[in-house]
Amino acid sequence: MEKTNTLKTPVIEMKGVVKEYGKGQSAMKALRGIDLSIDSGDFVAVMGPSGSGKSTCMNILGCLDTPTSGEYLFEGVDVGKLSRDQRALIRRYYLGFIFQGFNLLNRTSALENVELPLIYRGIPVRERHLRAKDALKSVGLEGWEKHTPGELSGGQQQRVAIARAIVTQPSILLADEPTGNLDSARSREIMDLLTQFNRERGITILMVTHDPHMAGFASSTVQFLDGMIETEEKKGNHH
Amino acid sequence: MLWETFLLAGREIRRNVMRSSLTMLGIVIGVAAVITMVTLGSGATEQVTSDISKLGSNLLQVRPGRDMHRPGGARDAGTPFELADSQAISREISGLKAVAPTAGTSIQVIAGNENVSTTVTGTTSEFLIARDWVLSAGRAFTASEVKSGKSVCILGSTVKKTLFDNQNPVGEMIRLQKIPFRIIGVLEEKGQTGFGMDQDDFVIIPLRAFQRRIAGNTEISTIFVSAKDGADTAKIQRDIERLMRDRRRILPGREDDFRVRDMKEIISTLTSTTKVLTALLGAVAGVSLLVGGIGIMNIMLVSVTERTREIGTRLAIGALERDVLTQFLVESVVLSSLGGVIGIILGLSAAYGLAGFLGVPFILNIGIVVIAFLFSGAVGIIFGYFPARKAAQLDPIEALRHE
Ligand SMILES: Nc1ncnc2c1ncn2[C@@H]1O[C@H](COP(=O)(O)OP(=O)(O)O)[C@@H](O)[C@H]1O
Ligand SMILES: [Mg+2]
Repeated sequence: MEKTNTLKTPVIEMKGVVKEYGKGQSAMKALRGIDLSIDSGDFVAVMGPSGSGKSTCMNILGCLDTPTSGEYLFEGVDVGKLSRDQRALIRRYYLGFIFQGFNLLNRTSALENVELPLIYRGIPVRERHLRAKDALKSVGLEGWEKHTPGELSGGQQQRVAIARAIVTQPSILLADEPTGNLDSARSREIMDLLTQFNRERGITILMVTHDPHMAGFASSTVQFLDGMIETEEKKGNHH
Repeated sequence: MLWETFLLAGREIRRNVMRSSLTMLGIVIGVAAVITMVTLGSGATEQVTSDISKLGSNLLQVRPGRDMHRPGGARDAGTPFELADSQAISREISGLKAVAPTAGTSIQVIAGNENVSTTVTGTTSEFLIARDWVLSAGRAFTASEVKSGKSVCILGSTVKKTLFDNQNPVGEMIRLQKIPFRIIGVLEEKGQTGFGMDQDDFVIIPLRAFQRRIAGNTEISTIFVSAKDGADTAKIQRDIERLMRDRRRILPGREDDFRVRDMKEIISTLTSTTKVLTALLGAVAGVSLLVGGIGIMNIMLVSVTERTREIGTRLAIGALERDVLTQFLVESVVLSSLGGVIGIILGLSAAYGLAGFLGVPFILNIGIVVIAFLFSGAVGIIFGYFPARKAAQLDPIEALRHE
């Protein structure tokens, strides 16, 4: 799907989302009624103390999990009513993921790692190579195609992961503490890349971070506390 | 996509060469064993079958007595035939090339200082025709020699070699149980049968001479009947049976007290033995494939655990359950059929070597090769399914968190 970031319509909408782990006596509410609306092209930083439900919320937003109650609408579709495979297809065609631990395939070249989501989209080899190379170039890893994760630094690995996430031109990029394993210089590089993709390609970004400095790159911040959204603040502009 | 999956599987297998080879070992050994045995088995069967058909495919043997269809399989000797029975067969049954009554016993043969024990068969000149035996020297019995029971004999090549080496014995005298016989002919060598039986260790003399001078009775033990080429041996067999029942006055409904056997029957007995052997091999193969399959299942389970994060990543990226299932299933099938292929190659090489060593022909049995390959592939599907399903049904969130 082609996107422009001039039109701001909510791509993501949560209405009273509750997530409960366990049953009966030992049941525990990780999310206790989240209302959230994210527009296309937003860059949202999700903050909050450990255990406040950020990851739980991101998993639901990423269609990896479903709410116990409440509604999660992805482009108007109630994800809670979809099957496991239907959710996988949303991830395949609309979402990109960046993880704290990179999650690249070991002993597999950077290029092949980036090609992986294109394989599941059934894109032919030649086009796949070209697009993967392009994506690696856009994260500044031109010439590193043949290197395996073991031969790359943490910052480089995360950049490969970003290339893998954006190679499919997703509408939304979900990043749960993408800089959690990196030093501040590496983190800045990552943030620069994310900002660039958000601005130039209009990719909506949702990013969990502990670091207020990182959150500063985002256009809005959502603050979690005890499974609830404590504050939601929008910045007019950011640096 | 499937091709990608195959490449991926190949790479996964190459990544752990040691582990993959050990996993395949069960299947390799099982398949190799079966291929070796079946290939050697068909070679041996082929050889025995051709040996037997060399004995004469349109040859019938009529013998007194019957096979006891009871455990132990003893034979009831039965009343012997007489010369008249043989004559009746050649007179009353059409489509015959030769009919030869025989009687025989084992005997001591003396020539000069040499002496050897062999068997002596009393018969007529038609015997050589019935058995398709050819003389390498000398001549066959004349009609008058047969009729009068003259003391002449024809040697099998083993007896000739033992007693006379390379000399031509035609015209020489030998003694059978102290009775002198003149050698008039020597038979061509026929070699050993597949059972290791010497087919050239005997002496033939006229039936009448045997009856008078050696046996002291007129019993006939076996009548050899050979049908003309293209004649219906089954019909001839039935005709002989009817005639003999008549002559031996067997009441309707009673069992024959004689047997008419053709070589095909002997072959089919052997073939049924082979079938039992094949079934046994099948069982061995089944067990080894089962063991191999369990090995594959085990290693695939280990692999699924080791690659949990990878599976989580794939699921997050948009792999369907089906995609992950296929990935692991293809991996186990590639692993097991690779084992099968290696087993087939090893088995055929072993069979080839052993065939030369054992002196049986090497016969490539394509059927068993294909079956072995398909079975090894099937093992991959059956035993790979459970681990693959386990992988496919992983929860992506937990899989991603797995360490
Ligand atoms: N799979 C799970 N089973 C049980 N409890 C869970 C599970 N995942 C998260 N939790 C709990 O839910 C709460 C929120 O967790 P999480 O969303 O990971 O917080 P955060 O990412 O903000 O640190 C925590 O108390 C955590 O222990
Ligand atoms: Mg978290």
